[in-house]
Amino acid sequence: MSSYAATTISSQAAANRLLLRRKRAERRFQLYGILAISAALGFLVVFLASIVSRGYMGFVQTEVRLTVDFDQELIEAGSYRKMLRTSLSELFPNAGSSRAERRTLARLVSAGTVFVLRETVEADPAIIGTVEDVWVLASDPVDQFYKGRIDAALPEEERPISDASLARIAALEAAGRIDLRFNRSFFTRGDSRNPEEAGILAAIVGSALALLVTVVLSFPVGVMTAVYLEAFAPKNRITRLIEININNLAAVPSIVFGLLGLAVFLNVFGLPRSAPISGGLVLSLMTLPTIIISSRAAIRAVPPSFAEAAIGLGASRVQAIFHHVLPAAAPGTLTGAIIGMARALGETAPLLMMGMVAFVVEVPGGFTDPSTVLPAQVYLWADSPERGFAEKTAAATIVLLGFLLVMNGLAVYLRRKFEKQW
Amino acid sequence: MVNVSALSDPQPKLVARAVSVYYGGKQALFDIDLDIMSREVTAFIGPSGCGKSTFLRCFNRMNDLIDDCRSTGSMLLDGSDIAGPDVDVVQLRMRIGMVFQKPNPFPKSVYDNVAYGPRLHGMAPTRGDLDEIVETSLRRAGIWDEVKDRVDQPGTSLSGGQQQRLCIARAIAVRPDVLLMDEPCSALDPIATATIEELIDELKSEYTIIIVTHNMQQAARVSQKTAFLNLGRLIEFDETQKIFTNPSEPSTQDYITGRFG
Repeated sequence: MSSYAATTISSQAAANRLLLRRKRAERRFQLYGILAISAALGFLVVFLASIVSRGYMGFVQTEVRLTVDFDQELIEAGSYRKMLRTSLSELFPNAGSSRAERRTLARLVSAGTVFVLRETVEADPAIIGTVEDVWVLASDPVDQFYKGRIDAALPEEERPISDASLARIAALEAAGRIDLRFNRSFFTRGDSRNPEEAGILAAIVGSALALLVTVVLSFPVGVMTAVYLEAFAPKNRITRLIEININNLAAVPSIVFGLLGLAVFLNVFGLPRSAPISGGLVLSLMTLPTIIISSRAAIRAVPPSFAEAAIGLGASRVQAIFHHVLPAAAPGTLTGAIIGMARALGETAPLLMMGMVAFVVEVPGGFTDPSTVLPAQVYLWADSPERGFAEKTAAATIVLLGFLLVMNGLAVYLRRKFEKQW
Repeated sequence: MVNVSALSDPQPKLVARAVSVYYGGKQALFDIDLDIMSREVTAFIGPSGCGKSTFLRCFNRMNDLIDDCRSTGSMLLDGSDIAGPDVDVVQLRMRIGMVFQKPNPFPKSVYDNVAYGPRLHGMAPTRGDLDEIVETSLRRAGIWDEVKDRVDQPGTSLSGGQQQRLCIARAIAVRPDVLLMDEPCSALDPIATATIEELIDELKSEYTIIIVTHNMQQAARVSQKTAFLNLGRLIEFDETQKIFTNPSEPSTQDYITGRFG
């Protein structure tokens, strides 16, 4: 009897130990999970912080207020350069008149200022014959110095800005003629050789046009393919082969799609190089498998009873699918399409082969105009040596991330909105 | 119990002759002969997998949806073929409506659920006609008083029993002659089941009803004729009262007394 009691007690203790160990294991597992999530969040925060800290300055630009005499004679002669020089030398009468001295003075403002003055006159001819204050972009070294990126304590030959220019910046500042202003031209211009003038609009429009081609082609084709494979295709060897290939296509490196596009769209069909139409075609090929797979999953998740009920009432299979199955599958289908689009928006490699990683100044006006895309613009700027491009790179990355965030947000919103319970 | 309608209308509504159904290489139904009389409730009973649902789905050709399913034999509705390859299944399914095991209203409003069939077949040229069809169908299905104030709400927001009656309303909105019901109460609680059974009893004055059921009390309560199927064969088909009190076949006796199945 006593031995029986002893065994019960010892087995009780063993059971307790086991229970304790199990609880500890559970807590440990949860801790690992929390650690993993914290690490991921930490990396995200570091990444975002570094991008934002480098990029936010890209959204502001140092500008100089010049007092320009829009002299009729000079304008008629087309001597905008002389007009600018006059206005600068009025600000700094003691700058000297030698060619080298004049050039140093002109380097205070962006090399594109001459064209800006001409555009101002063309936009508003009433300005001719008046004297107006005009804010013009400062040159890249001035901009970088004003933003505190250049150390004035360095010896003159080691910094990209001369002592004379530093003195002039100080004078401008004292006169309230230099300031950091919102960088409108970043959103209204295409690429430029001068970092202060470089803008992102051409890339945004290029991306938008290419994505438009992608969505118009890949969404209907993808959804219809999914419908056919799910609802109509006979289940045989051929359809299984097609299914396997679609699944494999989703994992094909995107550069391969670029090679295919180069060989087929450019060389065989002779579509224009660097154009949104060709880039969009390649991106649709790349997006199709994603859309097909997610649409098929969404269609399969719709209870078959909807289609059965409709068919029992005398609807055809096509009617049952278009009236009941597709609307019920819409959230999943749309989410898949948007995720596919977001991936296409961030894609550079296939477009490399289509010539869309290009220096594009003009904002593209159509599907056949030369254009580039946002991630390609980021890549191009990241490759440029001028300091001004570094912050432009980060700023463009922020814009790209913003678009991706909006698209993913849209996907979540649509899923919530159209989600129905059955 | 003497069947009055069978006497006054000796022509059967539905006739099945030598019906066999195969799923791929597997035969599910073996040479079934059966006559269904007009405006009667006929119950199909039998153990799971005996082929009663398969047989039911032959009448409105729902088995066509299953890829490797094929059938032989002849089936007639009012004397005209319904099993042949050139039968218009849309017409057929308008005349033979179906109610499924699990209530399956569309994720749309109550109104749109009922209006779907009439819209599909262009039965209501004006909005007023459609409103009338919807109201009549809901009334006949005995659910109008419960939903008349919320026909714009989703059909899926109703209770299970209401959903099933909505599905019956949806089926009768296309004015069929025959209603097929595939275990219509198996997903419902006893009170909702009683309501549906009462409804079936009322509907039989206008429709020929075939009901598949697992519940033998239900078959006894609602049907005039009962067919007992086992392993794909029709074992016995007779007046319900006779099947449940004095069956001719020993296996029918065994099944209804709960010895197997």
